[in-house]
Amino acid sequence: MEKTLNKLDRPNSYIGRSVTRPNAKRLLTGKGRYVTDMKLPRMLYAAFVRSPYAHAKILSVDTSAALEVEGVHLVATGEDLAKLCKPWVGTLDHFHNMKSTPQLPLATDKVVWAGQAVAAVVARSRAIAEDAAELVNVEYEELPVVTDIDAAREEGAAIINPELGTNVSFALKLESGDVEAAFKDSAVVVEETFRFGRHTAVTMEPRAIIADYNAAEEQLTVYHATQTPYQFQDLYSRHYGIAESRVRVVAPDIGGSFGMKLHVYHEDMAVVGLSMMAGRPVKYTADRMESFLSDIHARDHRVHASLAADASGSILGMKVDDVTAIGAFSSFPRTSVVEGNQVVRLMGAPYRFRNYRGDLNVVFQNKVQTSQYRAVGHPIACAVTEALMDDMARRVGLDPFEIRRRNIITQDMYPYTSPTGYKFERLSHEECLKNLHDMMDYPRLVKEQRDLREKGIYRGIGIAMFVEITNPSPAFYGVGGARISSQDGAIVKITPSGEVQCLISVGEHGQGTETIVGQIVAENLGVDRETVRVITGDTDVTPQGGANWACRGAGIGGETAFQAAKKLKENVLHVAGAILQAKPADLDMQNAQIVDAATGNIRMSLADVARISYYRSDTLPSDISPQLTVAHHYSPRGYPFAFTNGVQGCHVEVDVETGFTKILGMWVAEDCGRVINPMLVDEQVRGGAIQGLGAAFFEECRYSETGQLENGSLADYLVPMALEMPDIKIMHIETPTRDTELGAKGCGEAGTAASSAAAINAVNDAIAPLGAHVSQIPMTPQRLLRALGHA
Amino acid sequence: MSERVPIALEVNGETVARTIEPRMSLADFLREELELTGTHLGCEMGVCGACLVLLNGKAVHACLMFAVQAHGERVETVEGLTERKAIADIQEAFHNNNALQCGFCTTGMLVTAHEMLSRGDILSREEIRDGLSGNYCRCTGYQAIVNSIETVAQARAVAGAAPSKPE
Ligand code: FES
Ligand code: FES
Repeated sequence: MEKTLNKLDRPNSYIGRSVTRPNAKRLLTGKGRYVTDMKLPRMLYAAFVRSPYAHAKILSVDTSAALEVEGVHLVATGEDLAKLCKPWVGTLDHFHNMKSTPQLPLATDKVVWAGQAVAAVVARSRAIAEDAAELVNVEYEELPVVTDIDAAREEGAAIINPELGTNVSFALKLESGDVEAAFKDSAVVVEETFRFGRHTAVTMEPRAIIADYNAAEEQLTVYHATQTPYQFQDLYSRHYGIAESRVRVVAPDIGGSFGMKLHVYHEDMAVVGLSMMAGRPVKYTADRMESFLSDIHARDHRVHASLAADASGSILGMKVDDVTAIGAFSSFPRTSVVEGNQVVRLMGAPYRFRNYRGDLNVVFQNKVQTSQYRAVGHPIACAVTEALMDDMARRVGLDPFEIRRRNIITQDMYPYTSPTGYKFERLSHEECLKNLHDMMDYPRLVKEQRDLREKGIYRGIGIAMFVEITNPSPAFYGVGGARISSQDGAIVKITPSGEVQCLISVGEHGQGTETIVGQIVAENLGVDRETVRVITGDTDVTPQGGANWACRGAGIGGETAFQAAKKLKENVLHVAGAILQAKPADLDMQNAQIVDAATGNIRMSLADVARISYYRSDTLPSDISPQLTVAHHYSPRGYPFAFTNGVQGCHVEVDVETGFTKILGMWVAEDCGRVINPMLVDEQVRGGAIQGLGAAFFEECRYSETGQLENGSLADYLVPMALEMPDIKIMHIETPTRDTELGAKGCGEAGTAASSAAAINAVNDAIAPLGAHVSQIPMTPQRLLRALGHA
Repeated sequence: MSERVPIALEVNGETVARTIEPRMSLADFLREELELTGTHLGCEMGVCGACLVLLNGKAVHACLMFAVQAHGERVETVEGLTERKAIADIQEAFHNNNALQCGFCTTGMLVTAHEMLSRGDILSREEIRDGLSGNYCRCTGYQAIVNSIETVAQARAVAGAAPSKPE
């Protein structure tokens, strides 16, 4: 029987199936409930007074005129909130000698970026709060502004944080093998300087928060558009001195997050204090301009790198010097150096050379903080490595596929430790590369490219291999002293009617967490997935856990649900065994029935087991305790990370007269281990790829020399739109991690990790016949024209 | 601040009357006064399309209009379209294709899709992508959205449904 039936043909087989998302129906009818939509009784609204200068001393803050405005409840200054809130410092212990200054909700003595909040107005409506905010009079004395990556490190540069005595937050040197000897022995060396612009997450729902402090109960409830509610429960508790058990953070529907909604923002911290001061709920929603000014930005790197190979194109060594500018301080609690750290550690990750040197310098500047955003560090490491691989291929006369084939880590080499110390359990570079080649129909593209070039049409093909960090263990933040959980928790229960509820610490922001958790639980318990209700995002209700960051929802959250459901099944069968006078091991669950494991014959319904357990436990033997609710926590124990891998291909046409690029095609072959729901993974990977293409072609936070953000609106800051984006073909190769029973790894960042790199390679391939080359993103028409010698 | 003025309009088939500040946008009016929060605000400057509603049957940006400008007019939001089942097939296609993630852009997408499909002549993927150029989505790759609209366009064509006027 087993032989003829596919696993997916069995009843209640959901893992691996493209099922739809139950919660999508609500969102599709306009019934989503985002923090932006919420209103509490007697709620007040906050607006912030922001610094017009990127660097200035605050001489005085006069709030009197604002307080006069009818409808204004209070105006708070930095000093007011400093009395309530303990400062925070964005450093981690395992980044030795990392420096950053203490932060408070509102600036007190000076401002360090244009847009920093200086005072807050709380009023009956947001409009009144904004009107009054304009009447707050702040006197500043301007200070010299540091915006440039190099100028920040120059001798005699103005120091942004005088108490640190330097504009360097963190420096790191990695050295492995004998890199000098490798370069000396090599036949070919390629080198290049790359520039990666600052860009930002642009979640369609801006940041939003409502804090409701109830003094009578000393209870704080925060409705927060965040991906990490437990982290904020901890932070609000510690920084405002409220018992942790009395801090409740609720994350309802979240309109996009991408890593942006897990950092501490000054305004969000302030709102908690404002609610304590006002004694009423206070809401703050960033408008789009405020989002551009104050959401974290990302990237901003200048990388100089070189690659050495022998005459056959085998890589011998790599040298990387990454300088990244993070704003005036490091963000909290994850710090702003994680990206740079990952950049220098992920360089060359798919390839098997042993000699490597990585230098990292993380510098302060008078701009808003940069920090973790989708695919932290990956796009930089990937773009640099892959662009150099293409350069090398050109120099030694190899095809881009061939040079990669010669250098990738092969199946016989696992487990494998990279020169930067990453441990790869098993990746699938060979298979991915081969599949991409077929999927793209590479020979056809190459032929077409040659034919069209003769007609003056410049098309290019670029590929980029990537390795992605997912399922992070405590080695990520925990070891650095951060109170960020790498475990997740699930509570699964059978209701008296035999339905199932699963409360889980990983959250839902549209990626489909609730759906895949439902699939996993339903399959394990042998019930229809429609009868499984998954509940997320409320620290008073759902168990403690890390929630969503670094691609851990399926791999860690999913495994947690898997194990919890297994435990619960054992309990159910134990009770059923007592009722049926059978051995639990001889029973199984299918279609919400208790069946004979061997024959599949129905013995009794799950609903009856539940009914008896809850209402007639008197009929059960006295040694049987009906535990139809189980809690289970899971933390990764094996490899510190579950690495995933893949390769992307990009096909473009560059109009060499205008500098405009059209993306003609995009392909992704990727391996995220066991795929739980292919449909969800596909669109997740596509969405990720498009964020990388946005970075490659459009997205850049442009600043003036005085540190003013010049394109802080959705009209000026370009994000990819439907017409500019291609259809993206996706193929999955499945190499499950053996560290878990489920075998799933993450996929949320895979798309972003390599798409900019594939795009750069494609553009360079297109313009190579004209002797042109770019090494800066975004590849705007202007920059392409300059590369083509037109400007 | 400013004097409040009375307005009356039809929203989702019901007449509503309120006294509001003239500076209140139609989007804020729908969201705050009527608690129709299906209309979202992503940019408040007419770029992202999250706030699209129908004004006398035509899609408009509710963030760019003052509520007072809608005085005496007919407004329909995603809630209204849902209730009278005008977009049931589009919603179903979006659901089946997973053409949404966080759902924040989705309600605006549906209004655009409704308008596009009501014209009855759009079928090519290129045209659908072009038609979506006023709607930003940051989560999906747009592809599932395009697939969904394409599916409905084809299904409606097969069903031979006479192209209805945008309502
Ligand atoms: S909110 Fe109206 S178009 Fe963006
Ligand atoms: S689904 Fe999130 S913005 Fe479109």
